[in-house]
Amino acid sequence: MTFFRCLLVLLVMFVAPPAPAQDDPFAGLASGNFDDVSAAIAALALSGNPQAAATIGALQTDALFAGPEAAVYIRTDDGWVDARTGQKAEGVNEDDLNPVRVNNAVRRAIDAALGSLNLFSSSATVRAKAAEDVFRSRDPAALPALARAIAKENDAGVRSVMVQARAAARLADPASSDTDKLEDIAVIRARGDIEALGLLSSLHDQPAEVATAAAAAIASIKRSEQLWSVAQSVFYGLSLGSVLLLAAAGLAITFGVMGVINMAHGEMVMLGAYTTFVVQETIGAHAPALSGWSLPIAVPLAFLVSGAVGIAIERGLIRFLYGRPLETLLATWGLSLVLQQAVRSLFGASNREVSTPAWMSGAAQWGGLTITWNRLTIIIFAVMVVAALMAALRYTALGLRMRAVTQNRRMAAAMGIRTPWIDALTFGLGSGVAGMAGVALSQIDNVSPNLGQGYIIDSFMVVVFGGVGNLWGTVVSAFTLGIVNKFLEPVAGAVLGKILVLVLLILFIQRRPRGLFPLKGRAVEA
Amino acid sequence: MTRPHEDTLLYLDNVTVSFDGFRALNALSLVMERGEMRAVIGPNGAGKTTMMDVITGKTRPDEGAVIFGRDTDLTRLDEPAIAALGIGRKFQKPTVFEPLTVWDNFLLALAGDRRPQFTLWARETEAESDRIEAFLATTRLGDLRHRRAGDLSHGQKQWLEIGMLLAQDPQLLLVDEPVAGMTDAETAQTAELLREINRSHSVVVVEHDMDFVRALGVKVTVLHEGSVLSEGSIDHVGADPKVIEVYLGR
Amino acid sequence: MNRFAVFFCVVAVVGGAVTLAALNLNTALGSPWHVPPYVVSLVGKYLCYAILALAVDLVWGFGGILSLGHAAFFALGGYAMGMYLMRQIAGRGVYGNPVLPDFMVFLNWKELPWYWHGFDNPIFAGLMVVAVPGLLALVFGWLAFRSRVSGVYLSIITQALTYALLLAFFRNDMGFGGNNGLTDFKDILSYPLQADATRAGLLVVTASVLAFSLMLAYAIVASRFGKVLIAVRDAESRTRFLGYRPENYKLFVWVVSAIMAGIGGALYVPQVGIINPSEFSPANSIEAVIWVAVGGRGTLVGAVLGAVLVSGGKTWLTGALPEIWLFALGALFILVTLFLPAGIIGAFRRAPAPLPAPEPAE
Repeated sequence: MTFFRCLLVLLVMFVAPPAPAQDDPFAGLASGNFDDVSAAIAALALSGNPQAAATIGALQTDALFAGPEAAVYIRTDDGWVDARTGQKAEGVNEDDLNPVRVNNAVRRAIDAALGSLNLFSSSATVRAKAAEDVFRSRDPAALPALARAIAKENDAGVRSVMVQARAAARLADPASSDTDKLEDIAVIRARGDIEALGLLSSLHDQPAEVATAAAAAIASIKRSEQLWSVAQSVFYGLSLGSVLLLAAAGLAITFGVMGVINMAHGEMVMLGAYTTFVVQETIGAHAPALSGWSLPIAVPLAFLVSGAVGIAIERGLIRFLYGRPLETLLATWGLSLVLQQAVRSLFGASNREVSTPAWMSGAAQWGGLTITWNRLTIIIFAVMVVAALMAALRYTALGLRMRAVTQNRRMAAAMGIRTPWIDALTFGLGSGVAGMAGVALSQIDNVSPNLGQGYIIDSFMVVVFGGVGNLWGTVVSAFTLGIVNKFLEPVAGAVLGKILVLVLLILFIQRRPRGLFPLKGRAVEA
Repeated sequence: MTRPHEDTLLYLDNVTVSFDGFRALNALSLVMERGEMRAVIGPNGAGKTTMMDVITGKTRPDEGAVIFGRDTDLTRLDEPAIAALGIGRKFQKPTVFEPLTVWDNFLLALAGDRRPQFTLWARETEAESDRIEAFLATTRLGDLRHRRAGDLSHGQKQWLEIGMLLAQDPQLLLVDEPVAGMTDAETAQTAELLREINRSHSVVVVEHDMDFVRALGVKVTVLHEGSVLSEGSIDHVGADPKVIEVYLGR
Repeated sequence: MNRFAVFFCVVAVVGGAVTLAALNLNTALGSPWHVPPYVVSLVGKYLCYAILALAVDLVWGFGGILSLGHAAFFALGGYAMGMYLMRQIAGRGVYGNPVLPDFMVFLNWKELPWYWHGFDNPIFAGLMVVAVPGLLALVFGWLAFRSRVSGVYLSIITQALTYALLLAFFRNDMGFGGNNGLTDFKDILSYPLQADATRAGLLVVTASVLAFSLMLAYAIVASRFGKVLIAVRDAESRTRFLGYRPENYKLFVWVVSAIMAGIGGALYVPQVGIINPSEFSPANSIEAVIWVAVGGRGTLVGAVLGAVLVSGGKTWLTGALPEIWLFALGALFILVTLFLPAGIIGAFRRAPAPLPAPEPAE
């Protein structure tokens, strides 16, 4: 059928078909014969007639009517319009009109014609889209229109899409020469995406030379696709790693530096996420103009909320348990239950909706790589948080005191540092960082009272894997675990991948209990 | 320095240990005779405790060998294996098993089968009781036999630990600062106890207390920055200008 | 912990269970002495928890190993029993398949996975109840104790272990019923599970197992082995310099404890009628730890007492004031660690309980 239609169209255009259709395509539309209508549509589309788009569009919506003497009218809301001129037609008698009927063949002709018409649109986007449509449909019928469009096209980008479309259509056309086809395969190989792969794979009944070239192109595309998928996995891995890093950064302070086992760490993250929710609701109710800013506003607030809760926990509970890590573990676990239930009582057990601001939505396509803005933002945010944390420890007076206290408490006390307050502030800092993590996690996870529980084991694993007391170790460990996880996922599946990572980690900790980057020295030897 | 020979019990050969670039032991070599008592002194950070750690298998040296007896290289063994060879150690801070009674502390220290499959079924034998009685007498803890070790005074804990060392019946005892925090009377009694122990065992004593070292009256090794600075009688090393410089500064 | 307390506890547990069972079976429905069947099952459940608590106390109280993953052994024992009970259904399921459990028919599986074979035999299943948790504990413990992973690190990897198992058992293609687990059991050793007599029998069996476990645990900790274990708990490196290998001592008690937990889980499943992956959740393991802490760590009898008291309190509170339960449990954790570190039993002792001193040079 397609073949016949192609033949017909070719006939129409090059073999000088019977007069009426060519001279006046509008007359063909009124002919009442499906084949003539199809031919007329194709001719009209190529004619460059300014009324072509409106007429074929009307045909598509069943609004085209044929009158006596090959008159063709378009029915609009305001009355009848002459299809040839686009002018309002007066005194049309509806009883004389018959709708121009369409069948499947005509409908295909309409689609193709609208496609080729769009090739000449004044908008580059529409032209590129039309060319892309031809690439997908691979309809040789569009070849003549494409040839003219390529000749006229000034935009290099659109032009290359058109060339790809021509290549696709020519490959589907048995009449094309082998030379053309080889050139086309090169074009499609250069395009190199999944569509190109699909097209090349669907080629059959091709001359040997073309088939060989196609096979080579398929192999090449697959190779580059693998590379892209590795890149994509790395990106997902970095993204997961940044989430792990955010969740673990605070723990690297409280557990890594202070040696406090805070099982309520996940709840500090959860509080940060709920702070984000409250900020968003408040802004939504009182200052809708700021709604795009709710996340940046929530970051410092989450730090303060979780930090304050952290200081309260340290003063009220943990300071009584220094030197008793197992008791600390149990007491803070109890605390995590209380915090979860408190949040559940306040906000309800169901998930809370934290919306994503416009500037974080959407994605960028870069070759075979899809980069979603929210994931990218979180990666950048994680790196910034850790950088800020390191800077705070290294360059601020508080950071200096913190390091002094953790290295030699009695000496620090002797030099006039109030060690209990430094303990409280250090713990507050770690908790505050967890709160900031909560802001980011509210974007990719369900904000529910159980939010923190999902991160606690992972966070401890990250800190232990990286080496306790070593922030750099935590960074490397978070990204390593993230990437390993994402590379295992396609092989083993998401859940099994996670289990594998956990098992590997358990084995690793047993091999090297002090992590990737252990601190050495007499103190840890004891 | 004497060279190792037939009667050598312990020979540290060129032992180096470093932590993060800091050399706790720097090509340390030392020879101990069978039956000898040796005092090791030196300022803080000289490497005394690290030396003990290396001998007992707690720390592995980066370089060098530690030969026990004729040809056993201790650097290849772990703590329980070294203990089984007959090297006992007393820590700086007295560590006894606090929830257990004095009697039970001795019972666990007594030389014998250490494997769980034995201790699970073990019944206390007459011979074991007799030996524990003997150690209770030596350490003067007889009246406290049923007290929890955690309830003992500091000095009593020190003695209990030394007694437990004896109960292990080791060939070599390593004793780290045995008189730290003791009264003068206790110190004198401890020196007496160590001399008595030395009749049947070789002993290394690490100590700060010069009067105590003098009271022991044995050969002294001075460590400094992880190596041997001087060796000889207490009067000999006391007169050594290098030792004076290290201890008193310029 | 002394001989008398253990003896008293054994008598109380077995005597109490026999009395309850007798009152359930031999009294009329309206009689004031009648014990309803649900109480029989509930008490049976508590006693299973007590076995788990005892297992935790054995490793934590005496070996210093704080396991946050003991529920994993409990659940594995439970699954082994659940697989036996599933095979017992044989043909009486919704789909009426003579061999395949319903969930496999539902998943369109054609034949029994290899690891389900043999579970129709109660002796084999019983062996697995012991072997699976025991072997897992052996491998895990051998790796952990030999490389001297201890303290909090060990606690966290035990938690990771149970978390990994939780994730694994949630998967349908693991072949353990996925999310829903194993349920709809019909009978055990041909006795119908719904019958009062079977339930009463299970209660008495559970009480006897608990009593036996208590005596076994007491025998272990009172032996010279137990003294070494306590020595290891409080001064591990010191025991090494005495020539003991702490890893072997820990490994033995760890495996015994895991098997004990597994048997507890196996008795638990027929009495509650279901086993699903949530039994692996880390929260369950930690709850078992709090039973021990409440009753008194290192006292054995306290573990039994704590398990019964706390889970009884949970039953009552979740019924009366469900909102409050987590607050109460959380507060219990905090208050016990702050104000009652020796637990209930410890508080009644004259001498302060032997809390472990931190290892030298922390």
